[in-house]
Amino acid sequence: MGLSLKNVQKNFIIGGKKLEVLHDLSLDIEAGEIISIVGTSGCGKSTLLKLIAGLDQVSSGEISLNGSVINKPNSKETGIVFQESRLFPWSSVEKNIAFGITEKLSNEEKKKRIQEHIDMVGLHGFEKALPAQLSGGMQQRVSIARTLINRPNVLLLDEPFGALDAFTKINLQEEVLKIWQKEHMTIILVTHDIDEAVYLGDRVVVMSPKPGVIKDVIPIELSRDRDRTNADFAFYRKRVFNEFYRSEETEEDFVI
Amino acid sequence: MKKYGVLNRLETISSAMFIPVIIIVWWWYGAKNGTLNTNLIAGPDELKKCFTDMWQDGSLQRYLLASTGRVLKGFAIGSSLGFIVGTLDGLLPPVRKLLAAVIGILRPIPPISLIPFLILWMGIGESSKLTIIAIGAFWAVLLNTIQGFQETDPKLLELAKAFGKSKIEILFRIILPSAIPSVFTGLRLGISHAWTAVVTAEMIAASSGVGYMIQIARELVRPDMLLLGIICIACIGLIIDLVMTLILKKIVYWRA
Repeated sequence: MGLSLKNVQKNFIIGGKKLEVLHDLSLDIEAGEIISIVGTSGCGKSTLLKLIAGLDQVSSGEISLNGSVINKPNSKETGIVFQESRLFPWSSVEKNIAFGITEKLSNEEKKKRIQEHIDMVGLHGFEKALPAQLSGGMQQRVSIARTLINRPNVLLLDEPFGALDAFTKINLQEEVLKIWQKEHMTIILVTHDIDEAVYLGDRVVVMSPKPGVIKDVIPIELSRDRDRTNADFAFYRKRVFNEFYRSEETEEDFVI
Repeated sequence: MKKYGVLNRLETISSAMFIPVIIIVWWWYGAKNGTLNTNLIAGPDELKKCFTDMWQDGSLQRYLLASTGRVLKGFAIGSSLGFIVGTLDGLLPPVRKLLAAVIGILRPIPPISLIPFLILWMGIGESSKLTIIAIGAFWAVLLNTIQGFQETDPKLLELAKAFGKSKIEILFRIILPSAIPSVFTGLRLGISHAWTAVVTAEMIAASSGVGYMIQIARELVRPDMLLLGIICIACIGLIIDLVMTLILKKIVYWRA
């Protein structure tokens, strides 16, 4: 059960030539787990997330959620947050969040749930504001609320904090964690920020490009109240870092 | 803050009025000291007399009303046709392929060159005039509507796909609102084209309207009436544009 990737292969045809983007990826993700996927740009991590979201199809292999194959978007089960907030500039915060609702709900329930999620992401008082009147961080909060409003069992985050400043980023990471502690959905986070990957992930999946493969899966055995300044945290950060820049000397550095 | 805003506005207005005021002063002064040849261009006194005469016998109001009425009718016809054809072209690829060559061939034809044909087909009555005006509005609205439908952000479409939205919902929540700014730019251009076209149409064959007024002024060699006609055309054109800009700001409220 949970989310399972079996020998996932994805090719693009570019200029008549076949380009292998993902090569033979296999991974089992338990329900309620947070998986961080890190990799340099072009390693296919966003493509992988799109496959899991059902926005694109695998060339071969299989992705399944609780036993059923994913081949099209299923907004009841899976929600995705993109790097850009992708809000409608002509709609208020409220209406943007309402767009996320895919269930049939009575107007009253709708209203209640929208307010609940506005409060959840800390945007109380901004219900009628237009996206242009919000900061980048606030826009991303709206985008997160729009996805969470369906209470998805799997939350896909495609570099959601990549365009934000460091402080806003840390704030939003905390908020996502808080929401996860309450709802306990499965989270798959694609990022190029090692710090973020270690801070949020139960496991960090390291991918390498050309073609995109899983290079390593690193379990983060730290309690949930992680301290970024702690030595244990630094140990994991360094381990992930070394996956990208491995050499003999650095290997010895942390073998104390 | 507010005071600064007002000052800023005053500065913009005074900059905009600088050249017109110089020309008016020069014209005024030239007429007073006799350096302006009033056989070629009317001076302020002649202009004022012509205005009071025509206003008192009601002919000026009649001409202006006749032209404005024609513009509104022709614009209504031309712009709705432009919007309908533009929408079909924008939304349906087969229609787009069908119309591409037709639009390319017909668009560069100046409406004025069609006047002989229109008179041949429809006579010199109202319908040939309305057609000329409608053609003026049609192209502006058509081309901008087509442009508007190309402005949909593919990222918003992907978002809608991820949320499993229906085609109807995508059309009304994303594609149409995305097209609105461009469609309204088309309407604004369309009505100013229509206003230009009405004068042309009335100069050919008419017994009322501002174009007709200019025509008789030419025949009677009345530089004062000629100038008054041109000033009326300019003023109404300006008013139309200001009104359209105001409406545009209200409708495209998200583009502050």
